[in-house]
Amino acid sequence: MWDYTDKVKEHFLNPRNVGDIQDADAIGEVGSLACGDALKLFLKLDDKKERIVDAKFQTFGCGSAIASSSALTEMIKGKTLDEALGITNQEIADFLGGLPEEKMHCSVMGQEALEVAIAKYRGHAVPSHSHDHLHDEQEGEIVCKCFGLTDGFLRKVIAQNRLHTAEQVTHFTKAGGACGGCIPKIKELIAEVLGEQVEEARKKPEKLTNLRKMQLIQDVLEKEIRPQLWADGGDLELVDIDGPKVQIAFRKACAGCVSSGYTAKFVEQKLRDLVSSDITVEEVEG
Amino acid sequence: MNEIYLDNNATTKVDEAVFEEMRPYFCELYGNPSSMHFFGGQVQKKVDEARSRVAALLGAAPEEIIFTACGTESDNAAIRSAIEAFPEKRHIITTRVEHPAVLTLCRNLTKKGYRVTELGVDGEGRLDLEELKRVIDDDTAIVSVMYANNETGVVFPIEEIGAIVKERGALFHTDAVQAVGKIPLDMAASTVDMLSLSGHKLHAPKGIGALYLRRGVPFRPFLVGGHQEKNRRAGTEATSSIIALGKACELAAQYMEEENTRVKALRDRLERELMALIPNARINGGSAPRLPNTLSIAFEFVEGELILLYLSEKVICASSGSACTSGSLEPSHVLRAMGVPFTCAHGSIRFSLSRFTTDEEIDTVIRELPPIIRRGREMSPFGREFLASAG
Ligand code: FES
Repeated sequence: MWDYTDKVKEHFLNPRNVGDIQDADAIGEVGSLACGDALKLFLKLDDKKERIVDAKFQTFGCGSAIASSSALTEMIKGKTLDEALGITNQEIADFLGGLPEEKMHCSVMGQEALEVAIAKYRGHAVPSHSHDHLHDEQEGEIVCKCFGLTDGFLRKVIAQNRLHTAEQVTHFTKAGGACGGCIPKIKELIAEVLGEQVEEARKKPEKLTNLRKMQLIQDVLEKEIRPQLWADGGDLELVDIDGPKVQIAFRKACAGCVSSGYTAKFVEQKLRDLVSSDITVEEVEG
Repeated sequence: MNEIYLDNNATTKVDEAVFEEMRPYFCELYGNPSSMHFFGGQVQKKVDEARSRVAALLGAAPEEIIFTACGTESDNAAIRSAIEAFPEKRHIITTRVEHPAVLTLCRNLTKKGYRVTELGVDGEGRLDLEELKRVIDDDTAIVSVMYANNETGVVFPIEEIGAIVKERGALFHTDAVQAVGKIPLDMAASTVDMLSLSGHKLHAPKGIGALYLRRGVPFRPFLVGGHQEKNRRAGTEATSSIIALGKACELAAQYMEEENTRVKALRDRLERELMALIPNARINGGSAPRLPNTLSIAFEFVEGELILLYLSEKVICASSGSACTSGSLEPSHVLRAMGVPFTCAHGSIRFSLSRFTTDEEIDTVIRELPPIIRRGREMSPFGREFLASAG
């Protein structure tokens, strides 16, 4: 059983804004029956055609797909089109108190439908990303045939959500979740995006708030570094973060291991690459 | 909470009588059957009794039963043993609808240079025995075909398959995890060489299984390092679980008739009434021979997990044929192999009953499910189109 938050449950049991808007200004559709989920989003704008005054949805999909659609419609009401476009899939997930990672693609689908609706309303080309068998005006190269996903779309999701593994990309977009044939290409895309990000970071060091930096450090330790140590029977614990100084203690096979100094260096390099270049890592007894 | 548990192909409730039977073998009679003293010896007697009870349910001899940890271990042991016993043979035959325990192992073996043929099924989940006749050859080490499918309940003609296999001199294994206790078996008169069963599917606890191994069939143990199970499966016996499995098999024999009459009638009523109440539904494998307890039913335009979550709110436990996890975003491999149309492959639900299922529970499902399907369809863009066109 999925570990859904109470808020997710509440939203799929009592979804807000199900239905349609007869005189909608904008409609965005993504997904298909074959994909296993689909979302049709209706937007009604105010007289000045700036602000979203009403939003409704119809969704074919699992509980978290319904909850994400419900959350999205709640979030965009009252926003201008540009404000609405600024909403990320992570914010949709956050609104619901988080989604299991395997279900993040539901939040991505919400964001996508919104982009499609607004692009169509503005007469722009429909974004080149959607796993959208209903539209054929796609640009870019199809990477995942099973779900009809282009490289442009995958790059964007990888970059926005800082994805590092093919498995994560599957969780966020479904790409790779069916035949798996596209996984090598997904890995290439990740490497490319990651390379670009490191470049970017070098050029203009991102101004991170201390809080954000601490979150990122914890994230990288949990998702990137500890799983690698587990594979060798080791582990580590975060002891303290003081500005750019990170203190860790090694556990299990790593504790007292002769190469733990080397491991500390590896942790430091990872954190520098992925969070901030001024980080230093120190091993402490703890 | 009084759950309505209709997910018995996933696992079953441990029968109270089974639990009572195993209970003394934890804190009081905890001896090791291999020990020389009386304290181990009395446990050995109970283990022997359990072996006889399992054998009786299968129509086998006690020494043809090897206790294992689970159905998956039995499957792995059987197939690995066959290819080790006949190293010159490099071909394995199985089906596209097997349990992952068999399918994953076979697919892994292709990387080790084995040829694996996966037999297809038709729209009702039935095998084409002509295909088997075409692909089996002298290079075939083992044919592994499940007795009954866990998702649809479709039962395969095991003895007909066995006859074809024997003609070619290959070994024949069947994963009978879903069939044992529901279909009468008589290994003495069977073509099956090896058969897997699992305790927790027949009201014994989880963590115990057995492999039937026909006398005279060559065997190479999967686990080595101990003399237990006549050197065929090393490791100290899970005495309490083995004793539980024995009792569960004894009870299964007693309840077999009820499974095929009362339980089957409940399943048939559930099927009939849901089909009458809910438009655009179809039974997966409905025209094939099926287990008496299983109903796999697909609803167009609505997604399976959502149905399960809404059922779960009504404390009804079922399972979906599609796993809407991104690990396997496609509908189940079984439904795909059957070519279930994509309009409803994502909306398949499996109800699996047991001897503990009551009339009232079935009434509740018949009452609760139709509005849930309607609600799901009203939320879905495709469902709305369908409801609008249906008026
Ligand atoms: S091509 Fe991406 S999963 Fe099949």
